[in-house]
Amino acid sequence: MSVVVELRNVNKIYGSNHVVKDLNLDVYEGEFLTLLGSSGCGKTTTLRMVAGFEEPSSGSISVQGEDIHNKEPFERDVNTVFQSYALFPHMTVYDNVAYGLKMKKVKKPEIKERVTEMLELVQLGGFEKRYPSQLSGGQKQRVAIARALINRPKVLLLDEPLGALDLKLRKQMQLELKRLQKKLNITFIYVTHDQEEALTMSDRICIMDEGVLQQVGTPAEIYESPKTRFVATFIGETNLFDGVVSGVTDDRMSIHIEPGDFEVPREDFKAGEMLVISVRPERMLYSTEPVEGFNLEGIVKEQIYVGSILKTVVTLSNGNEIKIERLAGQELPTGGRVYLYWKDGDAKLIRSYDNVFAEAVENIVLR
Amino acid sequence: MSRRIKSSIKKIAGIVFCTLVYIFLFLPISVIVANSFNATTSKPYLTWKGFTFDWYVKLFDNSSLLASFGATIAIAVISTLLATAIGTIAAVGMYKYKFRGKSVIDGLLYIPVVIPEIVLGISLLTLFSNTHIPRGMISLVLAHTTFSTPYVIFNVRARLSGYDGSIEEASMDLGANRLTTFKNITLPVLAPGIGAGALLAFTLSIDDVIVSYFTNGQVKTFPLKVMESIKSGVAPDVNALSTLILVGTIVLVILTQSNLFKKNK
Repeated sequence: MSVVVELRNVNKIYGSNHVVKDLNLDVYEGEFLTLLGSSGCGKTTTLRMVAGFEEPSSGSISVQGEDIHNKEPFERDVNTVFQSYALFPHMTVYDNVAYGLKMKKVKKPEIKERVTEMLELVQLGGFEKRYPSQLSGGQKQRVAIARALINRPKVLLLDEPLGALDLKLRKQMQLELKRLQKKLNITFIYVTHDQEEALTMSDRICIMDEGVLQQVGTPAEIYESPKTRFVATFIGETNLFDGVVSGVTDDRMSIHIEPGDFEVPREDFKAGEMLVISVRPERMLYSTEPVEGFNLEGIVKEQIYVGSILKTVVTLSNGNEIKIERLAGQELPTGGRVYLYWKDGDAKLIRSYDNVFAEAVENIVLR
Repeated sequence: MSRRIKSSIKKIAGIVFCTLVYIFLFLPISVIVANSFNATTSKPYLTWKGFTFDWYVKLFDNSSLLASFGATIAIAVISTLLATAIGTIAAVGMYKYKFRGKSVIDGLLYIPVVIPEIVLGISLLTLFSNTHIPRGMISLVLAHTTFSTPYVIFNVRARLSGYDGSIEEASMDLGANRLTTFKNITLPVLAPGIGAGALLAFTLSIDDVIVSYFTNGQVKTFPLKVMESIKSGVAPDVNALSTLILVGTIVLVILTQSNLFKKNK
């Protein structure tokens, strides 16, 4: 797969506000890439830099191998779907969609043909003569998408396009957008703060926090193997334990966490290194008898029935609460004693950035 | 009394009240219109002596009255164009850019609107004589532009308050450069505000008396001419011209209103 958009060491600084920090990202041809993060994480700024509405403070952005640093937004082969739709209020649906072609001086008969075809594609045939104020939110959204796609851009940028729609319509549009993207085979860069939306639609997800790229990967990779503490907590629910590697043998390592030690298959960690262990609620197992190799003993605090799933909260002896998810029908007695454990591979080891600080402190102390 | 009778009494009372208000508003105007067709020839031209078109014919012989009307229109057109251009640019600039002292400038805009016109007239007269700007058409145009510019700014700004700046970005995103974007997107979307501001500026200029009185030099604008002539009762040819202006204004209002309704669809 060839790279369409390439960001290299991109920084964006507003005054004393470092919004995007040293961002490196490759976007492949025909993929649906989502920039995911909470508001203020730099995802929209990143998108606006690709569109040309903002200039990077440093670093380079290229589209199809060509540095677009000196190109104005109207010279770039990318188009944007805006969060507020940004439809031209004084133009009909037809004129809105035709705008990009008119600017390219395409001949009238061809404009008519392509606009009609595009409106059919977004299921708005027959709406040509309406004004934006006569459309519902979902219809405006479709017009905005049709308008951005009419020039057949290499890359389509979407800035939280479904944010203003209600839940049901949003679900429907998610599937429709995905269908459009597959059909047209255009690269989508999609910005959202909704993790479920990201998991549903994306080929790859790029998670950002405070301007720093945390992890890029397929939805399964992101969910199953988070690389940072932020990613583990941001996507789905999880149980985190801070720990330290207490011993390493040929194929096993033992890890010390507050309630006690346990073993995992060996990974690339040294003895004494600090780490974070993440166990998803649906992977957390329990037994009413003590389990060999684990020392996690707790009391069932509460059980919440949410349709198909039963959520159980267990309080450990140190006061931490552990979340467990089970299919309904496996109730535990509230107040009962349980012993928690997990299978090899279900505990994800995340390198802790505390190591950096620990080493720094050690260096200072040694001197 | 049953509720139905009560409500129908309320309804009738409402209609009567509204009718009275409208009579109160339009009776003075209808007197002028009626008098412009009055055949009386003796001062103070108030007793009804029969219907005639004479005054309309005489009006077109009264070259000084027509000249004053021409001057008024010329001043109004030029000062409206100037005020609209300056006001629109100012409003857009103040919407788009943040700078130090913006709130001060915002507040200062209201000064020309709220200070008594007589103060503005005197200060403009002082300014023009100190800077040796000749009193006449030029000083009148400058004075009228001065007091009507804030009204244009207010109208355009009201339009901008609901303006989504991202439509300009969308236009550029689709391949239009900045000038094309301004022409295709910014201007048409702001047009109702600009139009309303221009119309207001035009109206203010046409019927201005006080500021014109201080800054006119030798030029007699239509309102000044009327002021002069009523010393000996309102001449029926002035009534005739007033009626023509009234008709012109009504036509203009109908045109703009119907146009606005079309745009709002």
